[in-house]
Amino acid sequence: MADATPILEIENLSISFFTRRREIPAVMDFSCKVMPGEAMGLVGESGCGKSTVALGVMRDLGRNGRITGGSIRFKGREITRMGERELRALRGREIAMIYQEPMASLNPAMRIGAQLAEVPMIHERIGRDEALARARAIIEDVRLPDPDRILQAWPHQLSGGQQQRIVIAMALMSRPSLLILDEPTTALDVTVEAGIVDLVRDLAERQGTSMLFISHNLGLVLDVCDRLCVMYSGEAVETGGVTEVFSDMRHPYTQALFRSIPLPGADKSARPLVAIPGNLPLPHERPPGCNFGPRCDHFVAGRCDAQGIPMLPAGGAPRHHSRCIRVDEIDWNAPPALAATAEPTPPGEVVIEASDLRKYYQTAPGLFGGGTARIVKANEQIDFSARAGETLAIVGESGCGKSTLAKVLMGLEVASAGTVTLNGEQIQALPVERRGAALIASLQMVFQNPFDTLNPSMAVGAQIIRALEIFRIGSSAGDRHDRMLNLLDLVRLPREFAARKPRQLSGGQKQRVGIARAFAGEAKVVVADEPVSALDVSVQAAVTDLLMEIQRKNRTTLLFISHDLGLVRYLGDRVLVMYLGHVVEIGSTDQVFAPPYHPYTEALLSAVPVADPRVNRKRIVLQGDVPSAMTPPPGCPFQTRCRWKPQVPGDLCESVVPELRRVASGHRVKCHLTDAQLATMEPVIEMAG
Amino acid sequence: MLNFLVRRILTMLATALVLTFMVFWLTNLPPNLEKLAKSEGNARMTDAEVTSWLERNGHAQPLLKRYGEWLGVAPGWTSERGGVVSGRCIPRGASPGDSARFCGVLQGYWGQSTVFKAPVSEIIATRLSLTGILMFWVMVLMVPSALLIGVLAGMREGSKLDRVLSTASIATTATPEYVSGVILIAVFSSSMVGLKWFKGTATSAMEGISFENFFLPVLTIALYGMGYIARMTRASMSEVMTAQYIRTARLKGASFGRVVMRHALRNALIAPFTVIMLQFPWLLNGVVIVETLFNFKGFGWTLVQAAGNNDIQLLLGCSVVAVAVVLVTQAISDLGYVLLNPRIRVP
Repeated sequence: MADATPILEIENLSISFFTRRREIPAVMDFSCKVMPGEAMGLVGESGCGKSTVALGVMRDLGRNGRITGGSIRFKGREITRMGERELRALRGREIAMIYQEPMASLNPAMRIGAQLAEVPMIHERIGRDEALARARAIIEDVRLPDPDRILQAWPHQLSGGQQQRIVIAMALMSRPSLLILDEPTTALDVTVEAGIVDLVRDLAERQGTSMLFISHNLGLVLDVCDRLCVMYSGEAVETGGVTEVFSDMRHPYTQALFRSIPLPGADKSARPLVAIPGNLPLPHERPPGCNFGPRCDHFVAGRCDAQGIPMLPAGGAPRHHSRCIRVDEIDWNAPPALAATAEPTPPGEVVIEASDLRKYYQTAPGLFGGGTARIVKANEQIDFSARAGETLAIVGESGCGKSTLAKVLMGLEVASAGTVTLNGEQIQALPVERRGAALIASLQMVFQNPFDTLNPSMAVGAQIIRALEIFRIGSSAGDRHDRMLNLLDLVRLPREFAARKPRQLSGGQKQRVGIARAFAGEAKVVVADEPVSALDVSVQAAVTDLLMEIQRKNRTTLLFISHDLGLVRYLGDRVLVMYLGHVVEIGSTDQVFAPPYHPYTEALLSAVPVADPRVNRKRIVLQGDVPSAMTPPPGCPFQTRCRWKPQVPGDLCESVVPELRRVASGHRVKCHLTDAQLATMEPVIEMAG
Repeated sequence: MLNFLVRRILTMLATALVLTFMVFWLTNLPPNLEKLAKSEGNARMTDAEVTSWLERNGHAQPLLKRYGEWLGVAPGWTSERGGVVSGRCIPRGASPGDSARFCGVLQGYWGQSTVFKAPVSEIIATRLSLTGILMFWVMVLMVPSALLIGVLAGMREGSKLDRVLSTASIATTATPEYVSGVILIAVFSSSMVGLKWFKGTATSAMEGISFENFFLPVLTIALYGMGYIARMTRASMSEVMTAQYIRTARLKGASFGRVVMRHALRNALIAPFTVIMLQFPWLLNGVVIVETLFNFKGFGWTLVQAAGNNDIQLLLGCSVVAVAVVLVTQAISDLGYVLLNPRIRVP
């Protein structure tokens, strides 16, 4: 290994973007080496420069971007000095790229076959028929069914997972020696992600391709890569083998990042989250010395901010480096300083209850009169109740109906059948415009995307006061102003922020404003729809903790909608798992995360990448995609992908929708498997040692 | 797809009926008919004479009946005076027994022009074909050059080429035809500048067109429409060039030319296609000024004559043509949109 020439060798690379006003350094002094057949992970939060490195390797930085220093050598050839023609010969043939959003990356007006065949036609000048034959073989390689039909298909006719397989196929058409994957599964569901990750790993192994794998997901990198490089604010801060870095972290940022991610393998008492204080520095406001300094627990004034910090050998293992000047002084095994953990509050009375709730939509007939109106069953037989002070987590993949459920609860949609009872009052038929101020104030929502849900032209304080006015709270303008300041205190925003416009706030701060608005009327029930999924990992923990703390204080019922099982395990008291509009499993967090599982929950748990090398995880990769809600399968909604189906006698699964059956106190599962069969299930996630 | 076509055609027919009825009603208002009676009969008629003339010539019937006759779905009127039976469908001197009962647009009888003293269908056929030639050459000049300008400007947004082409297209679109036409005549055919390359009139083009007598009117119309289409194409093109699939194509190793031709062009043409199709009805009416300026007696000129002289039948005929052109081009535009955009074509 040591004497082999690296496929990719980046040395002291600096990349800047030039605007009219100033030069914005995006990547500084970045070095890494990818050996043949090796998979290198590039990890960091948004804005850390990881995608810029990838585009720098491709020399596709746009008109404003420029490489300002350092070198990129590909198989010993210098990329930074290549001409257009040389670059073109490299792109697609020697280095290929896989992108984050598969739909946007495929040309909507070209058939799949033509887009695939183009690669060898450009690079190897082979004929169209030969190229199409090769495309067909590659489609089989990426395990897509019916390759002839897919060659003829347009991109929009494929599902997201299939599109990403096509993008992968396109990258592999000319058997490149280096594959760059830029967040290849971020836009996909976890069960689809598991299939894609398996495929990429398998193909790369067979073809001996090296990989540069860019992700913000530490668990995914642990799954896929041999080595990794953690980036923070334009710099590499730690690099080394995956196992060394995960078991011997030698940079405060890596450690803090790791500690701020909830893991599905551990519950909150065993492994509390530790939020990283502060925010990512803006590219032109970086501090002197160590970029992480202002947020670091181990910061020493006069040393960490005195000069630029070089990469230093760390941990003893070869090729393990850290950009921390105190790498040899810090006790890396010290347990994190714990904030005082609050005792769990006992749940109170039932506050909100849904019974046999259904929401059906009627689709319009096809655009040209083809097809008839169809019924989409977005929610089927939803039964649950939640008590005061309790957190009920609602989990499921996209299209499972969890957002529809939130809309029905909020009154943005009216239920088709069934009841929703809030404090003894039936509200399923009341649209939000007919709800009184008190009802609206007591049932509030925190939205997924804090960037779009604040009015950009109104000061933050004015928006909170506006919510107070709508809820008819406060006797005078002065009173409401005081209440607004108290709300800012509650969400730990400085009081000066009242006069700021949303654009002056970071994502995490905006979401705090959203939380302040939701709690302005002392809400009894708060529906939080993926409240932190749009935020950077390092601020997610702080916002989550804040939400839970306010909930504890006010004894609010929190309905927490999420696809992140780690987060759900961390903060949920009870969990409700949804699939294709059905509740397939409901129970306390411990019950849902331990066997017996619903077969779908089992697959979902096994698909989540876990950023902990000590965790043993059983891999269950589901075949195919989630069926469309317009044409749901007959019988059990999960029967098309279920691995336990052969154990159920006859065609019970295909013909009868199972009952939501009680398997333990408070634990119900919608499955035909018998208790004895369920008892044979093994845990999916286990801590080794 | 078939279903779509059938529905589309049915809506078109319904629209055509409504539009022609509105034109029929407006052109057959009582003052117009009175004027018609006086110009056809005698300018010094008394009111009573006017009324009886209108009755004798079928104009006193209810509006819907008259519209039905004109359309050819109601039997033509007949009236008897002094033993001679006359009627809508009975040519002068022919016997009522030999004549058809229905005669209207559907039967190919478009009426008689009072200004030109000739059948409306004949006049429209000759005039429309003259304008058709003009429109054809305008399209031949305008569409390819506008698309070329738009694509060249949009493929590298903000470049020098883009700025030059964008400025030029804004300038041409902002200049009305009666300004650009006069300037072109002054520069290229008058003794003021002395270039005298082209003729300042297109009268001779009605017999046979040549580059010399036809280029200036074609250029005048084309310049005006060109800037507009070019701007639309540029906007569409520059948006497509920032799309992620263009990056995909670039990072496949495709050359810039290939990226533009194979990946960007088709996606960029979807929006301007509708605009180009909208230009046909505009051309039909927009030619009025240029035809007058260059004394080219085409459809626009005929329309002005008919409107100015209360020639009801000719005006109706012109409107039928206009309605048909609008509806057909819109149908083609929708169809072309579907063909260019696979996302709509194949669900």
